[in-house]
Amino acid sequence: MSQPSRFLLLIGPLLLFLAATYLVPFLGVMRWSVTLPEPGLGQYRTALGDPLVLTVFWRTLRICAVVTVSAVAAAYVITLLWVRGSAVQRLVVELCILIPFWISVLTRAFGWLALLSNKGLINGWLQSLGLLSEPLTLVRNEFGVIVGMTHFLIPFAVFPLASAMRSVDERVLMAARGMGAGRARIFWQVFVPMTKPGILGAGLVVFVFALGFFVTPAILGGGRSVMVAELIYLRIFQSPDWGLGAAISVILMLAVGVLLAAMMRQVRQGASK
Amino acid sequence: MQARPKAAEIGATGIGKDFGEFTALADITLTVGRGEFLTLLGPSGSGKTTFLMILSGFEAPTAGRLTLDGRDMTRTPAEERAFGMVFQGYALFPHMTVEENIAFPLKVQKRSAAEVKRRVAEIVEMVGLGGHGHKRPSGLSGGQQQRVALARALVYEPPVLLLDEPFSALDKNLRGQMQEEMRRLHRETGTTFVFVTHDQSEALALSTRVAIFEKGRLQQLAAPREVYERPANRFVAEFLGEINILPLSGASSDGAGGGGQFEGQALRATATDHVGTTSLAVRPEYMRLHLSRPETGNAVAARLDHLTYLGAETRLALVTPGGADLTLLLPTAELPAGLESGTPVWAGWSETRGFLL
Repeated sequence: MSQPSRFLLLIGPLLLFLAATYLVPFLGVMRWSVTLPEPGLGQYRTALGDPLVLTVFWRTLRICAVVTVSAVAAAYVITLLWVRGSAVQRLVVELCILIPFWISVLTRAFGWLALLSNKGLINGWLQSLGLLSEPLTLVRNEFGVIVGMTHFLIPFAVFPLASAMRSVDERVLMAARGMGAGRARIFWQVFVPMTKPGILGAGLVVFVFALGFFVTPAILGGGRSVMVAELIYLRIFQSPDWGLGAAISVILMLAVGVLLAAMMRQVRQGASK
Repeated sequence: MQARPKAAEIGATGIGKDFGEFTALADITLTVGRGEFLTLLGPSGSGKTTFLMILSGFEAPTAGRLTLDGRDMTRTPAEERAFGMVFQGYALFPHMTVEENIAFPLKVQKRSAAEVKRRVAEIVEMVGLGGHGHKRPSGLSGGQQQRVALARALVYEPPVLLLDEPFSALDKNLRGQMQEEMRRLHRETGTTFVFVTHDQSEALALSTRVAIFEKGRLQQLAAPREVYERPANRFVAEFLGEINILPLSGASSDGAGGGGQFEGQALRATATDHVGTTSLAVRPEYMRLHLSRPETGNAVAARLDHLTYLGAETRLALVTPGGADLTLLLPTAELPAGLESGTPVWAGWSETRGFLL
């Protein structure tokens, strides 16, 4: 058997599986978007002309951008401790990354609800300390959604960042120190730029994941901060608008595809320089 | 550029470094003179790199004292010493262009933008990188990266330049070229250079003095010619180049030299600064091949085992009747015709060329 055909034989089942579980259903969704309730691009026109849909798209984008920045920033600090910290710091970070990893997204969302709600732990403490008279609204709004999503997504940013930080040549940092550079300068002008591919990669992973979030915004947003995935769910399961839901899905898919392609190009250019 | 008075003198007194139970360095005392080119030479694990790291300030010694122009710097951290340093593998900033790499130390020192620009342009020319200023390191060849590393380490005129095996990644031709370059940079900058290598010919070719390390101890510190021709001990003699060591019986030495018996032949060495009396040592290139016993000088009977053609030179392996191996290095042009394995020959050398070990 020749090399290429053996290769196909090995990878073939995987391709078939992916086609059956992803491609076929997605093609079905695409078909709905141009056939329900009648053939044509009418649902796309409706979707892009509907102020509600546009509001949700815009909110999704905004929440995802904020979540991406805050999750990557938090993950950067955590990863720094993990990769370059003392043995104790490393252990603590590992526990803080791994334990939430094993807990379901639902449990974690309810956990934040318990912490952030008007009668939750944080408001309770702040009020008992006399710092607040009225509870702060920390949940059932965008803030709650952002907190919950950021917390969920931090571990996903840690791994690309860790691999970027581990590949930084220690001698380059020593060279900077030897030339008289202080810690802040070495961090901002040498270490951070050298880990830029990891930052971009982490940002991409977090952003793409965040775009499709459903459970966390549904629970912590309390119906007031509806994001795209929840909108699609509502269109398909709670209204007869299957075509519109499908059209929004396709638009989301396209947005993710374009973003991925742009970022991949960016990363590849960075690597070839 | 003119030689600058900026070059510094480094003093090391009783420097030691322990890593737990392991002693990496013990009792190193030496002075690196102003504007000197000192090479730290030794096999891997000999402590030479550890000593360089202690000089740079990246490692702290566990014993002893360091001075810079007479002032104590034992506890001064690397960033305050700010010696120029060229690392193995160059350690260039991959995200910066050649010019940005070289400008980095000047910006750390908060020099004016105009000065940074002028100095960078000057040194880029000096190391022969004109036209490559806007490239990233990954777009340069190994030799070019080496030049960037040198330029970056020299641009701020540090009092001392430390180099950690900078040529180990280069091929042989490029290595020779970069050695020339280093010699020129040393002359033009006048800075004190301390250079680590395990390549003995590099050390002999470049340095004003060579410090030879073995098992964490300084074995000898002297000019290249002296360490080669008057090694302080057997380790140095064997580490630097090839050497024939002939065990003597009835050896003795006096004010005019020394000598003894080797396989029935009386051998003498006229040098008076012997380090031992049990063996006579002579370099292969100082031995001559004779078809009959030469009338003057030392001579040992042997037969040819095999010869290795090296181009300009030929290496001859001889075996004495007593079974000792001898190596001779002859200019190929002086090789007698008709030599073959088993030919009886004599190896002869002048009494001034050998020394007692």
